[in-house]
Amino acid sequence: MNTVLKCENLHVYYGSIHAIKGVSFEVGEGEIVTLIGANGAGKSTTLNTVGGLLRPREGMIEFEGKSILGVAPHKVVSEGMALCPEGRRVFAQLSVKENLEMGAYTRPASEIPETLEKVYEHFPRLKERENQMAGTLSGGEQQMLAMGRALMSKPRLMMLDEPSMGLAPILVDQIFEIIQALNKAGTTILLVEQNAQMALSIADRAYVLETGRIVNTGTGKDLLNDDSVRKAYLGG
Amino acid sequence: MLAHLINGISLGSIYAIIALGYTMVYGIAKMLNFAHGDVIMVGGYVSFCSMMYLGLPAPVAILAAVFVCTVLGIVVERLAYKPLRAATSLAVLITAIGMSYFLQNAALLIWGANPKAFPNMFKNIEAIEFAGARVSPVAIVSIVANLIIMIALTLFTTRTKVGKAMRAVSEDKGAATLMGINVNFTISLTFAIGSGLAAIAGVLLCTAYPTLMPTTGSMPGIKAFTAAVFGGIGSIPGAMIGGILLGIIEILARAYISSELADAIVFGVLIVVLIFRPTGLLGKQVHEKV
Repeated sequence: MNTVLKCENLHVYYGSIHAIKGVSFEVGEGEIVTLIGANGAGKSTTLNTVGGLLRPREGMIEFEGKSILGVAPHKVVSEGMALCPEGRRVFAQLSVKENLEMGAYTRPASEIPETLEKVYEHFPRLKERENQMAGTLSGGEQQMLAMGRALMSKPRLMMLDEPSMGLAPILVDQIFEIIQALNKAGTTILLVEQNAQMALSIADRAYVLETGRIVNTGTGKDLLNDDSVRKAYLGG
Repeated sequence: MLAHLINGISLGSIYAIIALGYTMVYGIAKMLNFAHGDVIMVGGYVSFCSMMYLGLPAPVAILAAVFVCTVLGIVVERLAYKPLRAATSLAVLITAIGMSYFLQNAALLIWGANPKAFPNMFKNIEAIEFAGARVSPVAIVSIVANLIIMIALTLFTTRTKVGKAMRAVSEDKGAATLMGINVNFTISLTFAIGSGLAAIAGVLLCTAYPTLMPTTGSMPGIKAFTAAVFGGIGSIPGAMIGGILLGIIEILARAYISSELADAIVFGVLIVVLIFRPTGLLGKQVHEKV
């Protein structure tokens, strides 16, 4: 299996606060890898660092064998990875279609209609609401839009930050089904979740983060049955 | 009455063009660029010098003013505001006020304190009779220029990729970066457009009120800022409506109430509007979904 993403010994600070303390992990081609952990464990910080929004003070990040540390934040997406951020962060005053177009910002205009059709196949609701302002969508629809927008860059690695946050259980199921479908279609997935049960059940492998450090790792199945993980994250 | 109304719309059109610079920069960089008014003054001086000292024809002088102001806007942003991107808004505000004084004093050094009489670009064109009112050519040019600029900017922000990216950046810089949008470039572009428009406004203003001094830009700058807030800061159509209403109120107040009180009335109306609509006439009341 080829390694798509490799992070080694990452240290990230918010001012003087040491948020990530030497995190190392790998994501292999075609895998679903999840980072789980409590609030403040450093999951989103790790993802934002890989996505280029934050700079590590130490450590290295390699995407497909190439360091992306020197790459300007807005150029990370053209390397072939997309981050679907926490809280969805769709552009509320832009229409659904405009949001999707922004997702394809780095790609030639001639290729956009084809990708748009593919995204609409995954998310038919978005097509129905193509010309609606994104701010008028429901929470679940906004999550779909955020994922669709990330897909528009045709990423080989898709990073999802808390896609289930604030959604009704039925929508959470739907979102996770879509994540699995995307993975089957060939996209490698790095998933950050507080809903550890859901995340572990679809993940090939998982890392458990605690206060900026990786404290446990294994296959999704193993961790679902691991006593310490069950106690801390799965309610016993 | 009609003549006053047309003059009001004309003055308001100039305010609207200036207000666009405030509103666009606020929308993108979330800062009030108080040096914007002084860019108008620089535009006035550049076109004045191009015509009087270099003997260039008026259209070339206007282009020169637009070019110099565009560059000035980009340079000011790079040197003064970009290093403060992560600073508190108060620090940026104070810097903008400092930049305003810097530009005024630089103009004082370069061009001196004596007011310059701005040449009338339309001296060969007669004022036009319109429904019994005499309308000066500069009034018509201001109104037409404003309309063209509004339409062009609206098309730019809704139809072009870069324009849409600008709206995306104004909503969420982080998310825009994740899309691959170069936020710094977008901010520079916004300053460039705003300052270029300020140059056009400067030429129109100096043609309508032909006294050019280093402080020429401050009062129109403040009024255009008022117009931007009045219409709803961050909104392009808001800048247009706010500017034109402000111009009409000012001219009517000057004509029928008192020319000394005109400015007080203008700002009084702003206060009343803000009491009832704190986000301005077209301001967005954003509801966030969690």
